[in-house]
Amino acid sequence: MKYIWLIPLLPGLGAAINGLLGIRYFSRKASGAIACTMMLAALGLSLVAFWQMLGLPADARGVDVVVAQWIPSIPLATSNGQVGMFGVPWGYRLDPLSGMMILVVTGIGTLIHVYSTAYMADEPRGGVARFFCYLNLFCFFMLNLVLGDNFLVMFVGWEGVGLCSYLLIGYWYEKKSASDAGKKAFITNRIGDWGFVLGVFLIYSTFGTLDFRAVQNAAATMPVEAMHFGVLSFICLFLFVGATGKSAQIPLFVWLPDAMEGPTPVSALIHAATMVTAGVYMLGRNAVLFSHAPYVMTIVAIVGVLTALMAATIGLVQYDIKRVLAYSTVSQLGYMFTAMGVGAFSAGAFHLMTHAFFKALLFLGSGSVIHAMGGEQDMRKMGGLKKYLPVTFATMMVGTLAISGIIPLSGFFSKDEILFQAFVHNKVVWVVAVITAAMTAFYMWRLMSMTFFGGYNGPAWETSSHAAVATAAAHHVPHPADPHAHGQAHKDDHEVSHGPADTHGHDDHGGGHGHGPWHGPHESPTPMTFPLMALAVGAIVAGLVGVPIAMGGSNAIEKFLEPSFTASESAVAGEGAAKGAEASAEAASAEHEAEPHVSVNVERGLMLFSLFVAICGIAVAHKFYVKNPEISDGLAEQWAGAHKVLSNKYYVDEAYDATVISGTFAAGKGLWTVDRNVVDGVVNGSGWITIISAWFSGLTDRTVVDGLVNLVGRICEEGSFWFRKIQTGLVQNYALLMLFGVFAFVSIYLFMR
Amino acid sequence: MPITPTHYMLLSAALFIIGVIGVMVRRNIIIIFMSIELILNAVNINLIAFSDQLHNVIGQVFAVFVIAVAAAEAAVGLGIILAFYRNKESVNIDEMNLMRW
Repeated sequence: MKYIWLIPLLPGLGAAINGLLGIRYFSRKASGAIACTMMLAALGLSLVAFWQMLGLPADARGVDVVVAQWIPSIPLATSNGQVGMFGVPWGYRLDPLSGMMILVVTGIGTLIHVYSTAYMADEPRGGVARFFCYLNLFCFFMLNLVLGDNFLVMFVGWEGVGLCSYLLIGYWYEKKSASDAGKKAFITNRIGDWGFVLGVFLIYSTFGTLDFRAVQNAAATMPVEAMHFGVLSFICLFLFVGATGKSAQIPLFVWLPDAMEGPTPVSALIHAATMVTAGVYMLGRNAVLFSHAPYVMTIVAIVGVLTALMAATIGLVQYDIKRVLAYSTVSQLGYMFTAMGVGAFSAGAFHLMTHAFFKALLFLGSGSVIHAMGGEQDMRKMGGLKKYLPVTFATMMVGTLAISGIIPLSGFFSKDEILFQAFVHNKVVWVVAVITAAMTAFYMWRLMSMTFFGGYNGPAWETSSHAAVATAAAHHVPHPADPHAHGQAHKDDHEVSHGPADTHGHDDHGGGHGHGPWHGPHESPTPMTFPLMALAVGAIVAGLVGVPIAMGGSNAIEKFLEPSFTASESAVAGEGAAKGAEASAEAASAEHEAEPHVSVNVERGLMLFSLFVAICGIAVAHKFYVKNPEISDGLAEQWAGAHKVLSNKYYVDEAYDATVISGTFAAGKGLWTVDRNVVDGVVNGSGWITIISAWFSGLTDRTVVDGLVNLVGRICEEGSFWFRKIQTGLVQNYALLMLFGVFAFVSIYLFMR
Repeated sequence: MPITPTHYMLLSAALFIIGVIGVMVRRNIIIIFMSIELILNAVNINLIAFSDQLHNVIGQVFAVFVIAVAAAEAAVGLGIILAFYRNKESVNIDEMNLMRW
């Protein structure tokens, strides 16, 4: 466990190798192999470290490894007037929460790396190396984020994953929509990061340290801010602003759907499984702070559940397969925040883990579908793919059932835990969450129906091997059978699938086909199906670590994660610390007392109810999209207004355009006017003053100073013109003059005496 | 008629004036040197005359110094004249006007 610093370092090394050498020298396979090897090694180390941690007693599962002193101690005043020593070590901390996270990141990361080797196989050689460089770099930063033992190391990872997200969304940077999406993601994240940084500043000025454990222990001694909005509440609010940016919550969720412009493995790894959960992880990491700020907790819960509902409703009507999944991700992240907000930190973290499995699975499955369809993302042009993509279908079905919350797949346990906790703490939140759960089941089944069931609606393909022209045409001209070919709702998805630089080569690649015309839907090669199957297994069994007590399980994950969410008693020594432990224990017991006890039967009833809701959602979707597809069209017409609002994502982007963005532009233009007139005026004015005074100064210089100097020169010159004539060079002249001189002096001497 | 210091001084003055006139008017640098020697010897006569008159030997000592210095000066001067002659094929002092502006 001493070597946990190697876990982030290995992908970093892979990124360095691929980035410095790979882009120029390595083949596609070599750069892929390097990246995969590094991730595999990191996974191995993570497993070893995790296993060793499991061997420790539950209250000692927190290992700090300080790699180096990063920022040496410098005196810096805190808000209570004391001058603290501000120093930050580059430290890693392995505890149950970060242990779970590194397993998720390295495990899913490795599978996605493997998947990418096949998915990206038709990219240009340098592009593949660049892709794997970014992907490895992302893992490096993500592991720093989850392993960092203080806010600053976490912040490095936090910013780093944002950077990699930007780079990978804009991976096809020739495509305008992709580079725009990258910028959107980056800038939106900056707004959140602003909050995060403010939170970190406030933490230092309040506690005088940035170490997670020290902050936790210090915060545990402070009273719960139940009646007022104190400094802890502000810290938590700022941190939550950071989390909304990174984890795509209201109001900063707009970047995540656009982030689907990136390659699908990126969407799976970064925008579903790992990076977007960083906000949830951060909240969990600061659980002690948050549980001392009940107001902020309420805000978190409300924002979370509203995000879940809003994203789910948008997801109901999207036609782009990846956008459905993107809104689903936003929605599921909303679930996690709901869990955090009602104080169920373990449930949120548990859902984080299960979601990582099934959402990565769904994204990779959608990637496989897109791959099979030659780059097509519009679900209306799919359908009936079950027989062409058996493995993808089976694994995606697992993912769908898991996210819908069908027993005994992983999503059931985690989602149910959240719903249960929400029911216990806040009935309104629970109702909204249940509605969202039904919608989740509905839109996921809708996705499956439109993609895999029914008849094939996609473009025709040529069976002959030399029909490149026909295939290229077929790719862009919709099939005559497609009823939506020129439909109205087609617009918003159109640019995604047929972007101006649609050169990313999905058109014609895949197992055994080589470079040639597209031969119709086909199953993906093994490197793509293997991760699907592995993740499907994960999506099935991951929930078993959290089987609730009501079902005869032990909810192992909650017990396992609990030490990460409370102030540690064993690690602290001294009087104040003891007090802190006491206070936290009191707080915990108070919480328990406040918690209404819900009988096991109620919990079981809730489970059955949510299962029922999920099945209802699936059944309705099945009826709408498989049995009677015309019903959905009819509904869309009947509720045209609502449908339009949902299709346009509640006009949030437009609203931001009208307010924040145009406001920013107007402010920028205003400032520019001020700049040009006032600031430039002052600068130019002072410039003119300088020029004029310099002109006068020059005039004085030329006349007075130069005049004097020249005058002296002229005097010397004129004088010497006459005097030099004495210098004849003839000795006798000199001697004569000397004689006269002597004669004169002697005469004076003699006669003037 | 006894020889008095006046006679010595007249002789000395005559020699001195002859020397000065020689230095001033002659063009041959060797003659000028010789005239300088005359001037020096006029001084020597004075020195020795007064030394005898005043019974003080210092005057004679000075005369010896003057002779020694004159000898050294003649040596250096002749060297310069030789070097000059090699360059200019002449010992005419009118042509020695290099040290002018």
